[in-house]
Amino acid sequence: MSDAVIQLQAVSFAYPDASPILENINLEIAAGEFLGIVGPNGGGKSTLLKIILGLLQPYQGQVSVHGLPAALGRAHVGYVPQFASFARDYPISVEDTVLMGRLGKTPMLFGYRRQDRALAVAAMRETQLLDLRQRQIGTLSGGQLQRVLIARALACEPDILILDEPTANIDMRVEEDIFDLLKQLNHRLTILVVSHDIGFISGYVRRVACLNKTLLCHTTEALTSRLIENLYENPVRAIHHQHPPYAQPLPTCRH
Amino acid sequence: MSFFAALWQHSFLQHALLAGLLASVGCGVVGTYVVVKRITFMAGGIAHAVLGGMGIAYYLHAPPLAGALVSALFAALLLGWISLRWQQREDVLIGAIWAVGMAVGILFLSRTPGYNADLMSYLFGNILMVLTSDIWLMAGLDVVILLMVLLFYKQFQAVTFDEEFARLRGVAVNFFYLLLLCLVALTVVLLIRVVGLILVIALLTLPAAIALQYTGTLWKIMLLSMGLGMLFTTGGLGLSYAPDLPAGATIILLAGTVYLISTLWHNRRRQHWKF
Repeated sequence: MSDAVIQLQAVSFAYPDASPILENINLEIAAGEFLGIVGPNGGGKSTLLKIILGLLQPYQGQVSVHGLPAALGRAHVGYVPQFASFARDYPISVEDTVLMGRLGKTPMLFGYRRQDRALAVAAMRETQLLDLRQRQIGTLSGGQLQRVLIARALACEPDILILDEPTANIDMRVEEDIFDLLKQLNHRLTILVVSHDIGFISGYVRRVACLNKTLLCHTTEALTSRLIENLYENPVRAIHHQHPPYAQPLPTCRH
Repeated sequence: MSFFAALWQHSFLQHALLAGLLASVGCGVVGTYVVVKRITFMAGGIAHAVLGGMGIAYYLHAPPLAGALVSALFAALLLGWISLRWQQREDVLIGAIWAVGMAVGILFLSRTPGYNADLMSYLFGNILMVLTSDIWLMAGLDVVILLMVLLFYKQFQAVTFDEEFARLRGVAVNFFYLLLLCLVALTVVLLIRVVGLILVIALLTLPAAIALQYTGTLWKIMLLSMGLGMLFTTGGLGLSYAPDLPAGATIILLAGTVYLISTLWHNRRRQHWKF
């Protein structure tokens, strides 16, 4: 595929003195794609994201983002981490958090410029945060905070959005809001989302990559219970749940 | 004689007052980062290790505050490197440097004749002995601290808030972390004359911790804790003057009391009414 924006070739990774977490991963993500990566905890999902972001180096294989090495290509990537990466009681407003997305694209010295603030406002408008812009992040609900993190990533003016478990700490109703927002953003961005919840994301994404040390890609129509059982290496409870706008019932697997 | 009348007459009191005000400036700015980044223990390690450098400077007949400045920066970089390199053993290593620095200082001071009075003043401060040269040094340190924070406010905010995201956006996270620790070192030197290196931690953290209860924006916390620091140093100086109490200890007790009252009051009415 020539228009691949993210390309991994034969990537293997292990932490020092540990057995490999990822083995021979091949993955191409095309511009405009909405890809879900699913798999059990400890299956290497977050590690794979860190490799794509250039935070970890694989001991084998090639990673390129926009044809650049990962550490350079990440200037085009907006990253939405799991909640745990900062203290929620840090004294900062929604607006100042979103502004941080401008770092690296704004001059090094002194404060943010007027155009940085305009871009932050645009990102907050797109994520429906304008009413909350002066609120402390510590007073937000899980879903609101998640939208702040997405807005911060959008303020980077990315063309790829990478999200790590965006719905881990929020309830079902808000989960749908977040994915509807992502669906809308997918009109102009390539999106890569990691989740442990196959059933839910398969209602939204076009292609699912199942990761448990190795990687298998499927279109969402091809997902079956047997496939999921193979991935998780033990029988899973399949629950049919249906998202009203997406008529196709799919197995859910909570590990 | 009242404090205010004495202030009019005695230049040593004017110096003391000025030293307290100058110390509060750097303290309010850097203390805010120390509190939000939760590196109080690290700051304590830097402060106490400084005694090593002061002891050596004293032994060599060099200016003690110069020794303090060099050793504070050295301790900051050493501790910073340790915490970047051996994160899981960080607390033990900070404790070790904390104690070893003090031990080195005590050894060198014991080999220097007539050290006793000075040792007490470095440990617990002697704001009434501030010299004109100290005032200039403190003013210079304040200028450096304010300049750094003005230039790199964005980066310091990002590094104290979310290191991983800052790194992804191309911020030199380790550099700014070490720079921040160097600013902590400069602030420690600022405070040695005022409250002494043992009490540094209190004046570094309490004003910012109080300010944090009333506002949720970094620069407002800085301004508010500067003001609180000025209130505590001036108030402590005034309160200690008539009964001839140690000024450093009085300043800290005043800060501690206000922190206690503020925390109780803050917890009683927990609605967010931050401005």
